[in-house]
Amino acid sequence: MTTTDIGPNTGPRETVRRPSRFLRNLSPKIAMLPLIFTACVVFLGGTLWTVLYSFTKSGLLPRLSWVGLDQYERLWSSRKWIVSIENLALYGICSLIGTLVIGFTLAALLDRKIRGEAVFRSIFLYPFALSFIVTGLVWQWILNPELGLQNVVREWGWTSFTFDPLNNPEIVMFGLLIAGLWQGTGLIMCIMLAGLRGIDEDIWKAARVDGIGTVKTYIRVIIPMMRPVFVTSLVLIAAGIVKLYDLVVAQTSGGPGISSEVPAKYVMTAMFGGQNLGQGFAASSMMLLMVVIILIPWAYLEFGGKKHG
Amino acid sequence: MKLSKILLSGAAICAATSAGAVDLEVMHWWTSGGEANAVSKLAEAWDATGNTWVDGAIAGGGDTARPIMVSRIIGGDPPAAFQFNHGRQAEELIDAGLLLDLTEVAEANNWKEIINPPSLLDACTIDGKIYCAPVNIHSWQWMWLSSAAYEKAGVPVPANWSEFMETAPKLQEAGITPLAMGGQSWQQNGAFGVMAVALGGVDAWTKVNEGKDAEAVMGPEYTKVFEAYGAAREMAKGLNVQDWNQATSAVIEGTAGAQIMGDWAQGEFALAGKVAGTDYECLPGLGETGVLSTGGDAFYFPVNSDADITAGQKELAALLVSPEVQVSFNSAKGSLPIRGDVDLTTVNECTQKGLDLLKDGKTIPDAASLLSPDTTTQLNDLLTEFWNTPAMTPAEVQQQYADIIASAD
Repeated sequence: MTTTDIGPNTGPRETVRRPSRFLRNLSPKIAMLPLIFTACVVFLGGTLWTVLYSFTKSGLLPRLSWVGLDQYERLWSSRKWIVSIENLALYGICSLIGTLVIGFTLAALLDRKIRGEAVFRSIFLYPFALSFIVTGLVWQWILNPELGLQNVVREWGWTSFTFDPLNNPEIVMFGLLIAGLWQGTGLIMCIMLAGLRGIDEDIWKAARVDGIGTVKTYIRVIIPMMRPVFVTSLVLIAAGIVKLYDLVVAQTSGGPGISSEVPAKYVMTAMFGGQNLGQGFAASSMMLLMVVIILIPWAYLEFGGKKHG
Repeated sequence: MKLSKILLSGAAICAATSAGAVDLEVMHWWTSGGEANAVSKLAEAWDATGNTWVDGAIAGGGDTARPIMVSRIIGGDPPAAFQFNHGRQAEELIDAGLLLDLTEVAEANNWKEIINPPSLLDACTIDGKIYCAPVNIHSWQWMWLSSAAYEKAGVPVPANWSEFMETAPKLQEAGITPLAMGGQSWQQNGAFGVMAVALGGVDAWTKVNEGKDAEAVMGPEYTKVFEAYGAAREMAKGLNVQDWNQATSAVIEGTAGAQIMGDWAQGEFALAGKVAGTDYECLPGLGETGVLSTGGDAFYFPVNSDADITAGQKELAALLVSPEVQVSFNSAKGSLPIRGDVDLTTVNECTQKGLDLLKDGKTIPDAASLLSPDTTTQLNDLLTEFWNTPAMTPAEVQQQYADIIASAD
């Protein structure tokens, strides 16, 4: 009853004091000003500037000489761009599913109160402390047929063993994926573990009383309860996918041929290798568009829906 | 009185020298052993004039270094001097008025007369003004062959491309990869350029690269080149290396027969203690068409508001072209000097072949001074795709090559 009483009371009071609404909590608002400025000028302004100049034929330096949609036409007729998009989609889907599944499984295993949990947690999280450049180089060596895994297995006696993903255009993206998963799952595991620890012990007791199996409890009860944790993980993974660049540069430099190119690398090569800013801007605008297309419906469902509900 | 006069004049001298002596930051991407040694010759020469050379080396090659340099220039914090390959890379910086006009220095030192071939200076010239000081000549037009590999296969070292193709199966039987090719796209594009000049002839090459003639790409000369390039792709199977010097060391070790690579590869042979003519052979123009492309490095000088630095920049530009620096720098780097009136201290058989071609005027401009970096990037992408996609036929790549040339600026 008390909660419903506050609702109607605050409502009218706010309508009376409407003019002072902007002045309420003034000091935090002032403190926010730099951030608001950054968001508007750097993020929004920079984005608009980039989109604007993607309609020009800017070379090494930005120039306002309009060419309409030429840059976009060239972009979409470029074989390398198509390959980049396909690669990103493949990497994105596999990395998203792989990271979530492996991350959650590891977290669930650690959550079973095993001995030496802290040791395992550190080991799994450790790769995250390495940059993508280091990760890429390490995995380039591990996957190198003469130095790495293939050679080791052959020395064990299995001489026909062949595992050379980085030199095979068909499966090179999986070579990148292995490195990406190795680097990224540790963090997701930790976030998941924190989520699991947040689950009330009573839930487990109730499930046990009802005679529900452990796996089933995880899938049917725990995972739905961990929705916010999954959303956080999803955002982190998705951001990592879109900006995939340094791993590729360190591990394969887009090779063999153009078979492991990704959009961010296309942008960098066009802008700085090819001295063609317009083309790079067009490509980065398309990247933004892709993110927006995925993000807006999701944000609407996630945040827009709640207000009405 | 006397003492104060002496002190005053002493102070004046100090002031004069300190006004003349400047610290110049020079950015470049020469970081391998031989290259760093060559840069130190430049730095020594500059320091000997009483000025200070502030070294701004960027590791990772031109593709990494150029964006850093450009962003510093555009960002208003330019180095005093920076290295680019002469050609069209600096075109827009010059258009935007960001680089210092060196015409005055060039005229005072008579660059027009001494720089050989003249195309080097042309590459620095825009609207009659000179904007860069060329320091060396590098040429792509070489094939390096391993004597040991051919000895093992029991065939004589080929003297031209067709002999190379004939003997290639023998090498494969002996477990040697006939052609060493690194995985980076610029190497595959560069090798194609060499084959185009050697097998398609200078005329067809000029039509395509200078005239941007797409029909010439579809013509019979280039058809031959694309077919040869497709055949070369088969010869390169079995060796997976990335960097050009890894491919070179395969030739040095004799695990690969030959490599098409610019004259900078010779530095690797020298470093490994190999002797031209006995341990390895070199074929300019693949032994078919003996010409040299004259690419190379040049220094550009961003405009600076400080008059002392501007004076220093001009002094450095003159110094880089001077005979002493040309000899010490190019001897260390293994490149050819940009002036015909100096003698290098160490000249082996291969360098001599290059010098002879230069003397005879058998030179062509470097593709980088004819094609924009944008076009070069597109060609890199196309040729590396072809090289790594066995299903792609020479006819397909020829058509796409023609499309890129047709839209080139």
